[in-house]
Amino acid sequence: MNVFDIIGPVMIGPSSSHTAGAVRLGRVANKLIDGRKLKKVEITLSGSFAQTYKGHGTDRALLAGIMGYHSYSPEIRDALHIASERGIVYEFIKEDIKGAHANTARIHYFLEDGGEGVMQGASVGGGNILVNMIDGMSVEFNGENNTILVMHRDKPGVIAAVTQLMHWEYADLNISNFHLSRRNKGGDAIMTIEIDGQPPENLIPAIRNIQHVSNAILIRRI
Amino acid sequence: MLKYESISELVREAEKRQVTISELVLKDQAEAMEKTELEVYEKMEMDFQVMVSSVQVGQRPEQKSMSGLTGGEGYKMKAYAEKTGGGLCGPFLSRAISRALSVAGCNASMGRIVAAPTAGSCGILPGCLVSLWEDQGFDQKAIVMSMFTAGAIGMVIASRASIAGAQGGCQAECGSAAAMAAAALVELMGGTPSQCADACAIAIANQLGLVCDPVAGLVEIPCIKRNVSGLVIAFSSADLALAGIEAKIPADECLDAMRSVGDALPNTLKETAKGGLADTPTGLRLQKQVFGERQDT
Repeated sequence: MNVFDIIGPVMIGPSSSHTAGAVRLGRVANKLIDGRKLKKVEITLSGSFAQTYKGHGTDRALLAGIMGYHSYSPEIRDALHIASERGIVYEFIKEDIKGAHANTARIHYFLEDGGEGVMQGASVGGGNILVNMIDGMSVEFNGENNTILVMHRDKPGVIAAVTQLMHWEYADLNISNFHLSRRNKGGDAIMTIEIDGQPPENLIPAIRNIQHVSNAILIRRI
Repeated sequence: MLKYESISELVREAEKRQVTISELVLKDQAEAMEKTELEVYEKMEMDFQVMVSSVQVGQRPEQKSMSGLTGGEGYKMKAYAEKTGGGLCGPFLSRAISRALSVAGCNASMGRIVAAPTAGSCGILPGCLVSLWEDQGFDQKAIVMSMFTAGAIGMVIASRASIAGAQGGCQAECGSAAAMAAAALVELMGGTPSQCADACAIAIANQLGLVCDPVAGLVEIPCIKRNVSGLVIAFSSADLALAGIEAKIPADECLDAMRSVGDALPNTLKETAKGGLADTPTGLRLQKQVFGERQDT
């Protein structure tokens, strides 16, 4: 914790959990979309998010984050309008997601190129978030550290290849947290690697070049 | 490196090095963040500038919250202060009250604010500091520096008690903000580090047990007006400390008490909108007005 966790963040009100945290959840989806053109998004709101989203602007905040805005962007207020202008179709669904934290959102996105994806996370207070699912696989990261997501095939040696690259090419890089999840043996899998400090510039492209890795995404400290 | 686990640590270290708490904290935080003191200072300066703009935005006559339940409080109070030459509280305090209302209103209308320490309590620190800057001619640099003192107090509160309404009730939000502001005010007025701690202790003691009971779960009723009471307590606690009236219970013990009181509060009074003002007939009616029937109540 530092002094700017107390005096800050600069944010669009009214609620750190229901507005600022919602933007940050949206921003994770934005990173997953990774610059591709978004066509449609279905946002499922659960618990307190479902009950009070209108009064807190949670809907606008999530959409703003998905479009890449920050929790301090004044555009949050007009996010619904901006999304329509960009030709993004959006829908909010109220549903009780079983066992989920009270402030949970699930974002299902559909891209122009036919691709799609889904992520789920919770706003756990003070603008902090916890992402717990990406494309049906469980993950666990809070966005406080720079986080690298590596989508890959569940094959022997892939984890070693990634961590060896990190160690041999970038000696100062330290992993602070590691989580692996897979759909089934030999199928799709996802590594969640949180690191201390800044990631080197060429790290992500280098990881993408590793055999059996389908994609790697950096989610910067948000 | 400072631990930020006790107010007494801040006082002791500042006295030992013969510096203010803010100077101590700026140096420490620059080290911790691996940045220069100037970079860290400038980041805080930007936060202060956001606070100034939040006051202006929230003071517009047409200011209205997202739910429509609140709006225009900052403007009304400012107009009243001008018309009456300061009402009962006097020109300085009544204008400061207007600023706290304005920032809290800015927050409720999806304007840009600095959480200090939270969005719900965001009006207290700017209400105090922007007032000293605009109405008393305090130097901006001194004001920005005092925000490091406020921040350090907040860090200790976060580690020793809580700054989240959902965990500790409103004492953790507006109570913390008032304690942070009180310490900053003392330093701005030339008080000693130990007087900063006294002001912090007095402010906490004055809001111990304050519950978090937002109507309809929105950061509006009673949050906006609680920013006013927090601001007034910050000023009075600072004045008490500067007058040499010591806190009888040390700041750290006040924070420990705040934690145990927070733990003892039932969940209905911790941001769930299920108790207190939220659970009154009018509170429930307003909730229905904004959201319709809710499934969980």
